[in-house]
Amino acid sequence: MRELVLTRTNPMIDPRLHIWGWEIALYLFLGGIVAGMMIISGYFLLKGRHKEMTCSCLTLPPVAIGLLSIGMLALFFDLEHRWYFWRMYLTFQPASPMSWGSWILLLVYPALFANALIRVPASLERWLPILARWSRAVQVRPGIIAAIGSANITLGIALGIYTGILLSAFGARPLWNSAVLGLLFLTSGLSSAAAFVHMISRNKDESILLAKADNAFLTLELVLILLFLIGLVSSTRVHLEAAMLVLTGPYAPAFWVFVVGLGIVIPLFIQSLAVRHRIAHTPLAPLLVVAGGLALRFVIVAAGQSSHWTRLILTN
Amino acid sequence: MARYGMVIDTVRCVGCMDCVVACKTENGVPEGYNRDWIAYETTGTFPSLHTEIRSERCNQCDNPPCVYCCPCGASHIHERGGVVLVHHEKCSGCKACIAACPYDARFIHPDGYADKCTLCIHRVEAGKDPACVAVCPTHCMHFGDLDDPNSTVNRLLHSRKYHALLTDAGTKPQLFYLE
Repeated sequence: MRELVLTRTNPMIDPRLHIWGWEIALYLFLGGIVAGMMIISGYFLLKGRHKEMTCSCLTLPPVAIGLLSIGMLALFFDLEHRWYFWRMYLTFQPASPMSWGSWILLLVYPALFANALIRVPASLERWLPILARWSRAVQVRPGIIAAIGSANITLGIALGIYTGILLSAFGARPLWNSAVLGLLFLTSGLSSAAAFVHMISRNKDESILLAKADNAFLTLELVLILLFLIGLVSSTRVHLEAAMLVLTGPYAPAFWVFVVGLGIVIPLFIQSLAVRHRIAHTPLAPLLVVAGGLALRFVIVAAGQSSHWTRLILTN
Repeated sequence: MARYGMVIDTVRCVGCMDCVVACKTENGVPEGYNRDWIAYETTGTFPSLHTEIRSERCNQCDNPPCVYCCPCGASHIHERGGVVLVHHEKCSGCKACIAACPYDARFIHPDGYADKCTLCIHRVEAGKDPACVAVCPTHCMHFGDLDDPNSTVNRLLHSRKYHALLTDAGTKPQLFYLE
């Protein structure tokens, strides 16, 4: 047996680490979906298809700005010394994923605003006529549109991967300690963003195209979850114990039901039938995908904080 | 250059918590919070059980993930003795350092910044031992320069069997426990 009793009583640390709650899970989800929106929108801009893919290229940018701002607000609320947040912008710490993230976020906003310039709402144009002039200047220059597309793709990939690497860089939390998490969160973000377009686009071709893309993203997400778990299970004892938290432990019901079942497998099945014209397209599957993306962040953030290093005691 | 560390004799430690009281008094640690604490670790199979009593705190790692992950540069390695410290006025309270520490040695001070054991660097710079070491009634704790071959800490590490905590986590802890 091994029994460890500590007299330590630090809030948020004891008896279980709980430093990050809904704010971080929500921020990671919103960061991921915004990353996906930037990549999808940027792809169609780069291909010069922004006039046909109206939802992806014209609706997503302002939506992404709103969602990212909500995420940043959640992040701000999570800070314990919040009025010192600007300290992150007085330095760049290359070994800190959070430092990378804070600077990436600073670049993401101009890219999203440039993307939103391609179509400025009439009400905003009346209020700020300069936006109308800039918008017209962008619209007649395909090179600038392509450059905005490239910037959105690049920064979207950086943002999506960073949300995973932020957690995976913590070697002290074995469940998070896998670089697959970067790709998994990026793919989940792409999937949620594609589901969002599938759900709200009035352009049938665009909706079906994004449903097909979402099916590919969901399949890739399943593969990445499998690789993530294989990596942990085949690693050290503490990593195996961490994987068991989601495989059979206290987080298993939420992981299997909300993340894998309702979040990936069932919507993948529904959307596969829909794109083959066996059943009609309904908002159910994309809603499940988006909710599954949120559940993934909640489960990983919570379970990761329960995973820890322990001393191996050999007894005979 | 000096490399400060501690050697704690688990055979002598009785878990009286004088070190905890001394730390809280010396450093004004708020009620309900601990920069150091006592660990009772019992191993074996009944009736053949063994209990190790340890006075624990930040391990002042030589490879400190809490410093590397800090986005503000608030967590840093002090020029004197490699002690890991936090600039309170630079800390945004993001808690990355807490997530990065395998020992859960850090906490958020009620004023919002990350806080931890400083090895009483203010006392050390004045030529004194850290408060916890100075008050220990069983003299089970020793502070000194691990790079100095003649220091008490080095002499003890060369003459006794010892272990450090969670060395597999790769942080190179600088606190050692004599067995």
